[in-house]
Amino acid sequence: MNLPKLPLGDWIETLEAWLENHFDPLFELIRVIIGSVVDFLASVLMLGPSLVMLLVLTLIAWLIGKWRIGIFALIGLLLIDNLGYWEHAMETLAIVLAASLFSILVGVPVGILCARSRVAQNVLTPVLDFMQTMPAFVYLLPAVSFFSLGVVPGVIASIIFAVPPTIRLTNLGIRQVPAELVEAANAFGSTPNQKLLKLQLPMALPTMMAGINQTIMLSLSMVVISSMIGAQGLGADVYRAVTQTKTGQGFEAGLAIVVLAILLDRLTSRVMKKNKR
Amino acid sequence: MSIIEARQLTKIFGGDPDKALQLLQQGWTKERILKETKHTIGVNQASFTIEAGQIFVIMGLSGSGKSTLIRLLNRLIEPTSGQLLFEGRDVVTMNAQELRQFRRKKIGMVFQKFALFPHRTVLQNVEYGLEIQGIDKTTRKQMAQQSLELVGLKGWEDSYPDQLSGGMQQRVGLARGLANDPDVLLMDEAFSALDPLIRKDMQDELLQLQSTMQKTIVFITHDLDEALRIGDRIALMKDGVIVQIGTPEEILMEPANQYVERFIEDVDLSKVLTAAHVMIRPETIRLERGPRVALQLMREQGVSSLYVTDKGKKLLGVITAEGASAALKEGLLLEDILVRDIPKVAPDTFLHELFDPMSSSHVPLAVIDEAERLLGIIIRGSVLAALAGNTVPEAGAAR
Repeated sequence: MNLPKLPLGDWIETLEAWLENHFDPLFELIRVIIGSVVDFLASVLMLGPSLVMLLVLTLIAWLIGKWRIGIFALIGLLLIDNLGYWEHAMETLAIVLAASLFSILVGVPVGILCARSRVAQNVLTPVLDFMQTMPAFVYLLPAVSFFSLGVVPGVIASIIFAVPPTIRLTNLGIRQVPAELVEAANAFGSTPNQKLLKLQLPMALPTMMAGINQTIMLSLSMVVISSMIGAQGLGADVYRAVTQTKTGQGFEAGLAIVVLAILLDRLTSRVMKKNKR
Repeated sequence: MSIIEARQLTKIFGGDPDKALQLLQQGWTKERILKETKHTIGVNQASFTIEAGQIFVIMGLSGSGKSTLIRLLNRLIEPTSGQLLFEGRDVVTMNAQELRQFRRKKIGMVFQKFALFPHRTVLQNVEYGLEIQGIDKTTRKQMAQQSLELVGLKGWEDSYPDQLSGGMQQRVGLARGLANDPDVLLMDEAFSALDPLIRKDMQDELLQLQSTMQKTIVFITHDLDEALRIGDRIALMKDGVIVQIGTPEEILMEPANQYVERFIEDVDLSKVLTAAHVMIRPETIRLERGPRVALQLMREQGVSSLYVTDKGKKLLGVITAEGASAALKEGLLLEDILVRDIPKVAPDTFLHELFDPMSSSHVPLAVIDEAERLLGIIIRGSVLAALAGNTVPEAGAAR
């Protein structure tokens, strides 16, 4: 039997073209917003000379976490500076923070929606599965055609790849609130929003923080991938080292990413524990 | 005045409750409906009234529908059919906004597993119902603190629920239920999760709170002793149906059917019935009468002692036949042979507390009220009869 090939690829491209034609102003707006947020974060992170900023970041880490995290931050960041990756590391950090910020802004409300509506949950679960399992490279192409080259499509691709854990765990956290507590809140005459703000979100917070932690880690893992479409930072260094087969340089840049990853992970899980009650 | 009135209140769980309701009204049994339509009858046409200031106990084994019924009262579960009047207003037809106001102002709830919010302090828990009404911080803190004082938890405001013992946690639950001063308090197996001793303390405290605050309380329990101890009226449920409603005495003395009989057969009546239930009319004589009259009276009534009262029926003591005949010989007055030191009990003394004074007394126990007026006396025969489950023919006759 010789069935004709399903023109799925053509359809996708038609859709892409259609979106590009009709929603260009929207994409432009998103591009400007995300671009300025990344620029703003980067400029904050590079406000002073590297040594000063390094100490500031160490101080923040020490305040949020314990002294051990502070020491790790100091040594790790000194290493990054010493290897000459300070600026690129801060660019990367700005991209990751921006992607995480937008993921939370999108993910938490969507997660709440899923927790409130069974229909929304049933529709979104396969979509989330799709978003997480589709190879992340695939997002780069439409991102480029909608947002052109640079840091913005990288952030967009990161958001698509990294937002599912926040949505899932917000949903889970709210659904895990014991039924009798929800019943008690109802029995005293809470409105749905009071129930959400005074009971469900506070109780879901540790679980939500676990999702946010994963989201941050996933957006960091997108750093190298999005450097392929022109995002700057450590990812670009790694990518360049790979294309030029420079093992040493690749290792150095990679190590800088690892330092950032460990720092972000420890700090967010620290916040998670602090909120646990 | 009845504060809550339920008429044919019914809850059916399942995909098409209206159809199951029709079948139910056509006389299908609960089992048949479950088997053929997969619908569960939670509460089956319950009708009852609850008087203001009463403790109304809904009792039944697990699965009898009692937890469903109490949730119908504040519509945590939506009734399938029937009417529910609260102070004459139909609760079933309230819209979301009215229902919220009703829950906020009129009806509080205490839960079996306490259902305290773990992320809030004790004070914040108690404040919750006030906070969502938009009451300002100072006022609600004050109200919550009063409520906490009422349940004896002053000083624990800033603790978290998980730092408290079970009994204390339920006190917080009680304080939270009382904080907004509702007319009715729903208590869903509120003491079932507590140790027996603590449970008894809580029951006592609830009774005390109720007598001072005059709240209407709807109390769910599977424990008959608890029901008898605290209930002014008891509704006994089985398979979603209210089998009998009555005072504890009515349930014990006139069980409506075999199910109720079986339910109550193990009850320790001596911990339920009181002196007032078993006392009989005493033979009395006024102090100014002479010994001759006394002896005459004893002969007529066939008793060997008489209770002596003053004009206001205040109990002064007892005279015996021997004393009276001695007085007659020696020309003494009743006052001279009066035995003043006799055992007296209050009418609400439980029977098991009577055994001790009865065994050490030669004369029947005198039952007196707060003004020391003689209400009745207790003889061994009537106590034994009551414990054997027979009604006392002369119970409460001395009025």
